[in-house]
Amino acid sequence: MPEVQIKPMTLNFGPQHPAAHGVLRLVLELDGEVIQRADPHIGLLHRGTEKLIEYKTYLQAVPYFDRLDYVAPMNQEHAFALAVERLLGIEVPKRGQYIRVLYCEIGRILNHLLNITTFAIDVGAMTPILWGFEEREKLMEFYERASGARLHAAYFRPGGVHQDLPAGLLDDIGRFCETFPKVIDDMEGLLTENRIFRQRTVDIGVVSAEEANDWGFSGPMLRGSGVPWDLRKAQPYDCYEEIDFDIPVGKNGDCFDRYLCRIEEMRQSLHIMQQCIAKMPGGPVQVADHKITPPKRAEMKRSMEALIHHFKLYTEGYHVPPGDTYTAVEAPKGEFAVYLVADGGNRPYRCKIRAPGFMHLAAMDYMCRGHMLADSVAILGSMDIVFGEVDR
Amino acid sequence: MNEALRDLGDYLEATIGEALLTAEITYDQLTLRIKRDAIARVLTFLRDDQNCQFKQLVDITAVDYPDQVERFEVVYNLLSLKLNQRIRVKLPTDERTPVASVSGVFSAAIWLEREAWDMFGIFFADHPDLRRILTDYGFEGHPLRKDFPLTGFKEVRYDEEQKRVVYEPVKLPQEFRRFDFMSPWEGMLHLPGDEKAPPTKREEGGA
Repeated sequence: MPEVQIKPMTLNFGPQHPAAHGVLRLVLELDGEVIQRADPHIGLLHRGTEKLIEYKTYLQAVPYFDRLDYVAPMNQEHAFALAVERLLGIEVPKRGQYIRVLYCEIGRILNHLLNITTFAIDVGAMTPILWGFEEREKLMEFYERASGARLHAAYFRPGGVHQDLPAGLLDDIGRFCETFPKVIDDMEGLLTENRIFRQRTVDIGVVSAEEANDWGFSGPMLRGSGVPWDLRKAQPYDCYEEIDFDIPVGKNGDCFDRYLCRIEEMRQSLHIMQQCIAKMPGGPVQVADHKITPPKRAEMKRSMEALIHHFKLYTEGYHVPPGDTYTAVEAPKGEFAVYLVADGGNRPYRCKIRAPGFMHLAAMDYMCRGHMLADSVAILGSMDIVFGEVDR
Repeated sequence: MNEALRDLGDYLEATIGEALLTAEITYDQLTLRIKRDAIARVLTFLRDDQNCQFKQLVDITAVDYPDQVERFEVVYNLLSLKLNQRIRVKLPTDERTPVASVSGVFSAAIWLEREAWDMFGIFFADHPDLRRILTDYGFEGHPLRKDFPLTGFKEVRYDEEQKRVVYEPVKLPQEFRRFDFMSPWEGMLHLPGDEKAPPTKREEGGA
């Protein structure tokens, strides 16, 4: 039979596709079923967050960070709060720090639950998402009880957290920490030894440690490739120094190792949460300087000064001394950072948001080449892409 | 931590040579200012030198200062996993002068430079694929420049008669408001009517 030359086919994947994890338009050039080139078109969810922040006071900028990676909102706020605190030269009281770390780890579990379960559904496993989202709902209730909102919390603010935890919440989180390992075990029982799941993920999208560095990977994408790097350990912020936890590291750098890293990170997060609850100190949750944090409600009824502070804070806001800082946190997806330039006024002069997902998606072309069409879905799922932060 | 950074700064001053203009430490972070044409060489050195090993380019961004002669400041953030240090490299440029692309040094730069091009209009010479990345297909202008209005120029809506999305000039029902927070308590830098006082930087910037 004579050989027939088939023209490479161009396939539009998304922006309306359940496996595109949001609004990704992926233009694939296919030779039969083999991907020759992948060109992700992003920006369909671009809202101009960085531009908007330049027109808002420092406090008004906080809620924009919830809307970046809306799967784990508080971890984003943390980066911004730390950046402003660094420029202001203030340190958050211990209780504030512990509450932040506790909620960061809740955010990490929220994120990994969503990622692992949607990753599983991408490669054909239906059940984990039904189990995982029940647990996410419980965690979002903890968000709600602390901040009043399930998702857009605006809870971590420069100077501490917005308000103290209500009575009994810590006990309930403690109870959750006891029951949740069972859910992880169940989920692992469905996936880790599952033949189909392994066939779809093992040796797919392999990235070596050098390549991961070259492409600017971070988080589980970097650790999956065997690089033991975690900002919580390497450059600890808030009270991570006082907490004991391990960093899971992968071996092969494929989709399956990244999945295993995330599973183990959830267990470690639980461990951190339990330590936070056990060690939770008393005292204030935000700095006492009322030029930066609002005064107590009751105080405002009696004190003229408190009233003035409150008025000034919520109209003008505070002025941040000139300077620039690059402040990074270990968000669930990787290194999330804020490059903040202040000019001495009450609004940031420039606020660049460094999203981990952006760097991971940049390597999509490199990771997909030579793989089959179906593998691109597995690779995308293991990257943990959320378009809120990629498009900003 | 600070001691190690100062040593690193001294070492770089000795090794990079005349391409390095200043090296300073602010807020526990080392910032290098370099000449524009040396960027690829400096980043390659920072990546490969045994005492640096900045293997990760974590971010490229820019800051717009419209009053300066060379209005953009391009900022490269690097991370060394080996030293557990961060470093920032800055260089000036303007709308016309191209900056050499570093996509040959770090693959991560490909998208980061595309973003800087899209948002600021900074041209990166020898970039393999310098297209817009975040803005709409057919977008005009560079939104993060300080002279680009927050509201933009075009808005989109679905037109029921033409059965498609149409682009129209932005119509604001109310003028865009920018409040002046120069208050008599803290923000005001000299008394009203005191014209002899030298103008401060903030007042020149606008208000």
